[in-house]
Amino acid sequence: MKQLDDSLENLIEIRNLKFSRGHRVIFEGLNLDIKRLENLIEIRNLKFSRGHRVIFEGLNLDIKRGEVTAFMGPSGTGKTTLLRLITRQLIPQEGTIRIGGIDIATLNLAELYQLRQRFGMLFQNGALLTDLNVFENVAFPLREHTKLTNRLIRHVVLTKLHAVGLRGAADMIPSELSGGMARRVALARAMVMDPDILIYDEPFVGLDPISMGVIVRLVRRMNDTLGITSIIVSHDVAEVSTVADCSFLISGGKVAASGSPDELRTAKSELVRQFMHGMADGPVAFHYQAPDYEEQLLGRDAE
Amino acid sequence: MTSVFRDVFNTSVEFVRTFGAFQLFSLRVLRYSPGVLLSRFDLVVKQVFNTGALSLVIIMVCGLFVGGVLGLQGYSNLARFNAEDSIGVFAAFGLIKELGPVITALLFAGRAGTALASEIGLMKATDQLSAMEMMAVNPVPRVLVPRFLGGIIAMPLLVAVFSMIGLFGTHLVAVELLSVDVGAFWQQIQITVDMDDIKEGIFKSLVFGVAASMIAVWEGYNAVPTAEGVGRATTRTVVITAIAVLVFDFMITAVML
Repeated sequence: MKQLDDSLENLIEIRNLKFSRGHRVIFEGLNLDIKRLENLIEIRNLKFSRGHRVIFEGLNLDIKRGEVTAFMGPSGTGKTTLLRLITRQLIPQEGTIRIGGIDIATLNLAELYQLRQRFGMLFQNGALLTDLNVFENVAFPLREHTKLTNRLIRHVVLTKLHAVGLRGAADMIPSELSGGMARRVALARAMVMDPDILIYDEPFVGLDPISMGVIVRLVRRMNDTLGITSIIVSHDVAEVSTVADCSFLISGGKVAASGSPDELRTAKSELVRQFMHGMADGPVAFHYQAPDYEEQLLGRDAE
Repeated sequence: MTSVFRDVFNTSVEFVRTFGAFQLFSLRVLRYSPGVLLSRFDLVVKQVFNTGALSLVIIMVCGLFVGGVLGLQGYSNLARFNAEDSIGVFAAFGLIKELGPVITALLFAGRAGTALASEIGLMKATDQLSAMEMMAVNPVPRVLVPRFLGGIIAMPLLVAVFSMIGLFGTHLVAVELLSVDVGAFWQQIQITVDMDDIKEGIFKSLVFGVAASMIAVWEGYNAVPTAEGVGRATTRTVVITAIAVLVFDFMITAVML
């Protein structure tokens, strides 16, 4: 029901409302529409540093409701950090992050946890709880936040495990799983509460081509059928292009380019071309800053 | 010279800051403890098993040999005064009031404390604690408090087992090996050791349980999330717990004597 409501254009619609108290008419034929915010997440003027290293400086971006949005960029540009800022695992030094119009920096712990119940997050390494088996890992949010019966929990968990192709691995423990399997279990756990926002941190790493194809289609299908909003961090330009509605290329602490995968692929910016086409030469240096190669190999240091 | 003063000053500031953070952390853990004890007792029972039952072997083996050594040392010294029949009392006082709580706490730090710190540290390093937070589950009451309470409950039970097995070890050496009269051995314990002595042992074991468990969960929770960081947290758990146990033992003994 909640998902159905989310698909409506107006959040609240009031039509021809009449309300009286005794003889006193308070409203007579009131019509009012409160429009749903198009942007689910708005980031404004974000600044975040680690020690002396500035990661984001004046970052602005909007994530539209119901779309698959991808963050791409060279290694070390802070894509995972951005996810952690959006989920308030980290707090920015300056700027605001609004989710559904609410500045998340103003939330207390209870409100933050209430908000996070609307999130599902797939961590880079899966982050499965090592003292629970696969079934209990997926059931964990249900057991913590709902009063569903064991029978219903079993039904929901097996459904989610089936979606990622691991219903048969329900009794295995995390140490028995391969990296790709662990990530698929983590995906089942991320979607078990039917969240409004699903966040994927490098979802395609370590997956074989079959699993990757299934997961890419699953991400797209969940987004379209359930009306959720998905955020993906990935280096995999080819896979992201097949699934994302909008991509942000992050570099130098700011959004270097944004748009649909086709727009990015045909962009004229050298940085975008270098990243999208995987070229070694361009604005982003492949080699980390180092002394002269020849001098280092043949010079005095070599002795 | 200036740099020496600066180092001393910085170290002192860091110590005060860490100690303050530890106190705030302890208050946070204590605040959630009654709720966890009432509503998530199953988690606590699991941790009592992990910290207590799984430490039983090392506690029993060490208790037996400590008791045996007490029997040998006690006999050789008391025999000089023709008081070898008092060896039971000598061992009982030593085990119940001092050696039982202290050695058990040190063994607990080495076996269960390190396991707690490394488990929590690894959970942090592998993003399990972050994943819990993202699932809107507070890791303090879900992960830390059950381990803390499990340690507190397990410690007095382990101390009781240690003291009991220790006395049995003394009995084996003194009565079976050195032919001390069995009647005198047990009767003197029965007459001399009273409830206050046992209460002192229980009190110490509770204090050591709180200290050892709190230090272990603190070190694990604040470990640098790398393999090296978890290793260092584990080492610090043993070192700090050992110092804390001996300091608390001195203070409690001084007050209760």
